[in-house]
Amino acid sequence: MREQPPGERIKNYDEVPYGYSPEEAIFEAERCLQCKNPKCIEGCPVEIDIKGFIKFIAEKKFKEGVTLLKEKNILPAICGRVCPQEEQCEIKCIVGIKNEPVAIGRLERFLADWERENEEIEIPSIPKSTGKKVAIVGAGPAGITVAADLVRLGHKVDMFEALHQPGGVLVYGIPEFRLPKAIVFKEIDFLKQMGVRLFTDTVIGMIKSVDELLNKYNAVFLGTGAGLPWFLEIPGENLNGIYSANEYLTRANLMKAYLFPKYKTPIIRGKRVATVGGGNIAMDCARTALRLGAEKSIIVYRRSRTEMPARDEEIHHAEEEGIIFKFLSNPAAFHGDKNNWVKEVECVQMKLGEPDDSGRRRPVPIPDANFRMPIDVAVIAIGNSPNPLVPSTTPDIQTGKWGNIITDPKTCKTSKPGVFAGGDVATGAATVISAMGAGKIAARGMHEYLMNET
Amino acid sequence: MVKIKEKTKIAPNIHSCTVEAPDIARKALPGQFVIIIPDEYSERIPMTIADWDAKKGTVTFIFLEIGASTQKLAEFKQGDDLYSFTGPLGKPMEIKKFGTVALVGGCYGIGGIYPVARALKEKGNKIICFSEARSKFMLYWNEKLEEISDEVRYATVDGSLGIKGHAYDDIEENLKAGKKFDRIIAIGCTFMMYRVSEASRPFGIETIVSMNTVMIDGTGMCGACRLVVEGKTKFACVDGPHFNGHKVDWDIILSRRKAYLDEEIISQER
Repeated sequence: MREQPPGERIKNYDEVPYGYSPEEAIFEAERCLQCKNPKCIEGCPVEIDIKGFIKFIAEKKFKEGVTLLKEKNILPAICGRVCPQEEQCEIKCIVGIKNEPVAIGRLERFLADWERENEEIEIPSIPKSTGKKVAIVGAGPAGITVAADLVRLGHKVDMFEALHQPGGVLVYGIPEFRLPKAIVFKEIDFLKQMGVRLFTDTVIGMIKSVDELLNKYNAVFLGTGAGLPWFLEIPGENLNGIYSANEYLTRANLMKAYLFPKYKTPIIRGKRVATVGGGNIAMDCARTALRLGAEKSIIVYRRSRTEMPARDEEIHHAEEEGIIFKFLSNPAAFHGDKNNWVKEVECVQMKLGEPDDSGRRRPVPIPDANFRMPIDVAVIAIGNSPNPLVPSTTPDIQTGKWGNIITDPKTCKTSKPGVFAGGDVATGAATVISAMGAGKIAARGMHEYLMNET
Repeated sequence: MVKIKEKTKIAPNIHSCTVEAPDIARKALPGQFVIIIPDEYSERIPMTIADWDAKKGTVTFIFLEIGASTQKLAEFKQGDDLYSFTGPLGKPMEIKKFGTVALVGGCYGIGGIYPVARALKEKGNKIICFSEARSKFMLYWNEKLEEISDEVRYATVDGSLGIKGHAYDDIEENLKAGKKFDRIIAIGCTFMMYRVSEASRPFGIETIVSMNTVMIDGTGMCGACRLVVEGKTKFACVDGPHFNGHKVDWDIILSRRKAYLDEEIISQER
């Protein structure tokens, strides 16, 4: 797919890949073998009829393709951009055994963009009301998936969002250059047109308890997402200029600090920015730092490139843009100046040892091999715990070791009757698509619950 | 969006603002806060709730014009809509019978201590409020405080009302003179809360401060409001905002508050 050249794109916040033209999409769709038993569909957490929509593209029937796609996935413009297709559908593609697999994600994105740009978005017909009311807590990827599925089954859906804009991590976390916010809002508008009511600025657990919701609604879905960030707990971590990834990205994305001072939320624009971590969020932070004017944006990761949890495409984009990777480096301390601003990160040099529980080779420190790098901003992107607000104000809901809400993986049921949960609040930090997959399961579980409820 | 029902300048650069927010008014408890975004370009600003009326469905907060976003807020008039208003947030203040409670308020915190003092009074505590400002004309809500307190003591830097100096000086002198407080609560600027905590530390009186660290989301997600309490990372938005002032690492808080001074100057340029 054509992309903005790296040297250009690090100076703007626009999306990196341009997307397919209709001709390119048809050309790519024609590569699909239309397998009798399509393996790709097995790989998709939301069971999209991949073979079917690709066939429509090859036949230039884009409208039919979109309709089919949206039967299973209400948010194709988002998923086409942020799903890890290489581990899900594309990895199963038969074409991929000898050649590059069919670019399923890009084709999905093409259809969604085509529909949006051609303003032909059609509102699916909604069945007769079941008379059941559902409350969705959190308008992120899990919540909007549940909302979309339940509204199409004839339930009345109200969605509550703590922040001033819906979208959750799609809006506060994932940067504009990876997922333009206009696309997210358009997909959410589509939900509203289908009858979902959205209440922003509404923190469930504070303004209303889950029990109060249960008085008014037949069932509740909790998709409250990520919570407090983890820190390294090393000396100097509270110096000025050190951010959690959540704070850095929330300032930049949700609060639009990249447009400061037009938007009034500030962000420290470092010249040498170190991001600690190796996941997608770390890549997002490092690439954001470049766009905020960093001369050197450095990823500090304690293992090697092979063990990095980020998607290949994200690592590749980061490398193209000139992000510096310091592998096998584990921060031990931050050092500051007399005004308490961070000036250096001190790292322990690591080597790879035996595999650990995750199957990845464990990093082992090399004695007396500490080194220091000059920096003026650091971003800690090593993960976060689930959001604490609902669990801490709902004493009868069962939680796990990390404060995650415990759910039945087959139905997303929690220990509290009528209450379901999914996404990061249940699993801990994971991906957008896994949250949407949980949303699919929860919607099915909730529908069954609602229809059997007396 | 919420509508402004009343907005009054109660002292130079200090405003009281009452909005229609019936759901929040029904749930608000003493010591909680709201997050306000005046218009789409503004920051998310945390504000201590100074009063509410569940029957009328209104919530009142006091704010100081200090940066770009609060200056924007100061331009708003009665009948205008605020872009975003979220709450109540944070854990409420512990309200029970302690005996004699000293409440220290400065700046927006004079409004902040008001509902706490009122609730503590209703629990049968003896209430002594310490209200401080640079000068007599910078004080506000004197009558409101006097109505619910057993005693209100004033401190002004220029000596125009009450003692000349700061409320923390008054607290310290009272303690040294053998006055007994069962609990001290301070709401206001960081430095004032720090000084109150230091004044009471030698006397071992539990001192609760209401931390106003920088916040963004305010709902337990971003981690901007972190502080260190007894060596552990805590978050003012969900673990607080109230902490024991003798256990807080003040050096970190005082230096972190200055992190955006340069940016504040840039955002003032027009």
